[in-house]
Amino acid sequence: MNMTAANPAADQGVDAGPPPAGAGLSAWDDAVLAAALMSVDPVGTGGVALRALAGPVREQWLSLMRDLQPPEAPHRRIPLHVSDGRLLGGLDLAATLNAGRPIAERGLLVEADGGLVELAMAERISAHTAARLTMAFDSGEVVLERDGLAMRTPSRFAVVALDEGVGEDEGLLNALLDRLAFHVDLTHIRVHEAIACDYDPEDVVQARARLAGLTLDEEQLEALCGTALALGIPSLRASLFACRVACASAALEGRDQVEAEDLAVAARLVLAPRATQLPPSEEQPPEEPPPPPEEPEEQEQNQSEEQQQEPQELEDTVLDAAKAAIPADLLSQLQLGTLRRSRSRATGKAGAIQNAPTRGRPAGVLRGELRSGLKLNVVETLRAAAPWQRLRREERARRGIESSRIEVRQDDFRITRFKHRSETTTIFMVDASGSSALHRLAEAKGAVEMLLADCYVRRDQVALIAFRGKGAEVLLPPTRSLVRAKRTLAGLPGGGGTPLASGIDLGMMMADSIQRRGGTPILILMTDGRANVARDGAGGRARAFDEAKAAARAVRAQEMSAMVIDTSPRPQQQGRELAAEMGARYLPLPHADAGALNQAVRVATG
Amino acid sequence: MPIPFPFSAVVAQEEMKRSLLIAAIDPSIGGVLVFGDRGTGKSTAIRGLAALLPKMRAVDCTYQCDPEASDDVLCEDCRAKRAAGRTLKSRQVPVPVVDLPLGATEDRVIGALDLERALTKGEKAFEPGLLARAHRGFLYIDEVNLLEDHLVDSLLDVAASGQNLVEREGLSVRHPARFVLVGSGNPEEGELRPQLQDRFGLSVEVKTPQDLPTRMKVVRLRDAFERDPNAFVEKWKRQDGKVRRQIQKARELLPSVEVPDATLERAGELCMKLGTDGLRGELTLIRAARGLAALQGDTEVVDRHLKEVATSALRHRLRRDPLDESGSTSRVERAVAELFGE
Repeated sequence: MNMTAANPAADQGVDAGPPPAGAGLSAWDDAVLAAALMSVDPVGTGGVALRALAGPVREQWLSLMRDLQPPEAPHRRIPLHVSDGRLLGGLDLAATLNAGRPIAERGLLVEADGGLVELAMAERISAHTAARLTMAFDSGEVVLERDGLAMRTPSRFAVVALDEGVGEDEGLLNALLDRLAFHVDLTHIRVHEAIACDYDPEDVVQARARLAGLTLDEEQLEALCGTALALGIPSLRASLFACRVACASAALEGRDQVEAEDLAVAARLVLAPRATQLPPSEEQPPEEPPPPPEEPEEQEQNQSEEQQQEPQELEDTVLDAAKAAIPADLLSQLQLGTLRRSRSRATGKAGAIQNAPTRGRPAGVLRGELRSGLKLNVVETLRAAAPWQRLRREERARRGIESSRIEVRQDDFRITRFKHRSETTTIFMVDASGSSALHRLAEAKGAVEMLLADCYVRRDQVALIAFRGKGAEVLLPPTRSLVRAKRTLAGLPGGGGTPLASGIDLGMMMADSIQRRGGTPILILMTDGRANVARDGAGGRARAFDEAKAAARAVRAQEMSAMVIDTSPRPQQQGRELAAEMGARYLPLPHADAGALNQAVRVATG
Repeated sequence: MPIPFPFSAVVAQEEMKRSLLIAAIDPSIGGVLVFGDRGTGKSTAIRGLAALLPKMRAVDCTYQCDPEASDDVLCEDCRAKRAAGRTLKSRQVPVPVVDLPLGATEDRVIGALDLERALTKGEKAFEPGLLARAHRGFLYIDEVNLLEDHLVDSLLDVAASGQNLVEREGLSVRHPARFVLVGSGNPEEGELRPQLQDRFGLSVEVKTPQDLPTRMKVVRLRDAFERDPNAFVEKWKRQDGKVRRQIQKARELLPSVEVPDATLERAGELCMKLGTDGLRGELTLIRAARGLAALQGDTEVVDRHLKEVATSALRHRLRRDPLDESGSTSRVERAVAELFGE
């Protein structure tokens, strides 16, 4: 049972270049190892966050992983748009009607007890669904308070979250990531590498039996906890997971005590992917070549010496193992200091809240016909039908029909009405060009901050777009986290040309998508109006301003509420013109203080 | 039901533990809000506390009324019984700690027509909800910032009035619902509605410990617990028992704890300095300080108590600046330092 990359195919992978260091050689073996370790201790490790697009590599991993599960363990796949009723359980309509009394239906999470849950498209999962999952995770039971039912059902399961996110901004919610021991990235693994699996279900069964007898000694615990601290991993769950995984690794390798090699596995698989900083003492240039392929052997060599090692040395070994597994691009990012401390994957996923109009405040129940698009309120329907059951039963009996079924008639149908509170999203389009920066980018920032505070009170979402240089970019997709908004804003640099049209275009695109999801966008453009970069990035004032006006007309055509805040030192004709084209309010603010600005916006947006 | 992790085995997080104990001693403080990092034992501590609370005497009715309560806090049945001159029979029951899970529907929270009885017998009966079950106990909401707005609305009203009024499906029911609201959450996942935040008496911020020995201790204890929960709980039983007796003693002591005028003045000064809105802050501050005094076996509230609870009692009542990430805590600390001297 050796996890060393022995197949020549893997060696070729390194020469070919692109898969960066760390994510290179043994990535597949590590991915398989993670699957095996999770199978050994599903509850203790929580599961795997699997980052990969759908494809043969992912399929291969999933099928290997499924094969490793004990045959009797349940396996459930949860689709993105699972309803609460199906997830947690609820009223089983058919059974209820048949039996004549409320019958509960088991939810997916209860069915998965003792087994595995696969989350499809987990990067798109809403904070609400995630919270239901983590609740069951943390308490080991599913608590149901729905549809007139109240139940607590024990349920322990592991999760494989299929994360198809692309890029830094898209990914699993932190709440979920934190609870899964393994973060596996299959992105850089090629099809021909994804073959080998050195484990079979029998290994897993034996390892599970061995697991209970394995513990870490004090030095080993210190090594793992110290490593976590040195790598800047705040959550204590990570340390706990590392301990679990070290034990699972020992169990899987057939050992009866945990060895340094197991700690290295834990550091590589659990701690390294969570690292937010490099240990302070170490110098490691970003261009350093990928870790040598013989790395695993190295660890084995060390192993014998480590028996007598001081904890500090042991910790260093563990730290090295973790560092070797940190991908090179992360390393360089860390060195540049650009990586945010926690990858801000909080909620604020555009429209996570708006996507679910049926979650609004139910605005009462209506008697009504069932048409498509309407939601039958089962419980209320049954409640409406209930008082009549005795009568209807007698009526049936008179007609010679003997049945204890509940009879629901058209009159009983109750439809849930939802009051959909249209949520307001304020989109700030901030001119961060040189001319603005010169004048008062700082002041504009202050103003936006005050407006943010106002949005907080109104529970609005905010989004941030900046334009400068050659184009515009979304700095912050719609979010409620104002702390994030503030942080993003504070880091906004100024300088470069003024691609005003691109800025307005991007704002419009965002506003449009918000509108399509049923929200209400408000556009706030903060600029000095001195457009000098056209959509294609070319210079030239006249054309740039013409394009900006065209973009502004599109805003008016869509009847968006908008406002132009002129940040130039003296009110400019351009700003006024732009506002007119946009159908927006125009606010010249020659010597605006943030407070006055805030007041103005409050009046304008109601 | 899974075995909860023992409260006394929760490492560090002194502010959280202290606040929960104070709320357990004096329910009128209005509950605790615990906000902070992931994996810091927020829900662990709350469930642990629930498991060790001393039992209470309760009438054998739907709402577990207090046999010694005044008439207006009794449920209709008990009130009728007492009016008829009958004694209210009572027994020792565990203090209810009710989870309000996300995804709960309104009918389960506030109560609704009993579907089973309606369907099978055609009777119109009220089926009490979570609020009824939480009466005299704790209502715990994990991820409270993700709770649906319409549920928050129902909660706010009941938490303020201590009564749940149900008007639906032809039912008209009023029942007592006095509970200690305990909420926890992670601020990264969204802010809490200000109205709800105000309902909590104490507000606690938890952070992951950053020193190695503490972190190791947490991991070690947690690991031991998960390996063998029964043995672990057995081992911590005496420690938990100590906490239980401490709560009991403090509850007995509480009514006789004096708050001297000087202390009242100090509390008023502090609140004025911080510009907290309304009297709630001041009241909570005094109550919390009194609870703390009782917890520590003191019979008089002095500056030391005020100082210790000031941050928890006031940090969520300052004029809000949502963009200030750590501002309110340090503002209170600064004001305390200025007023009391260091």
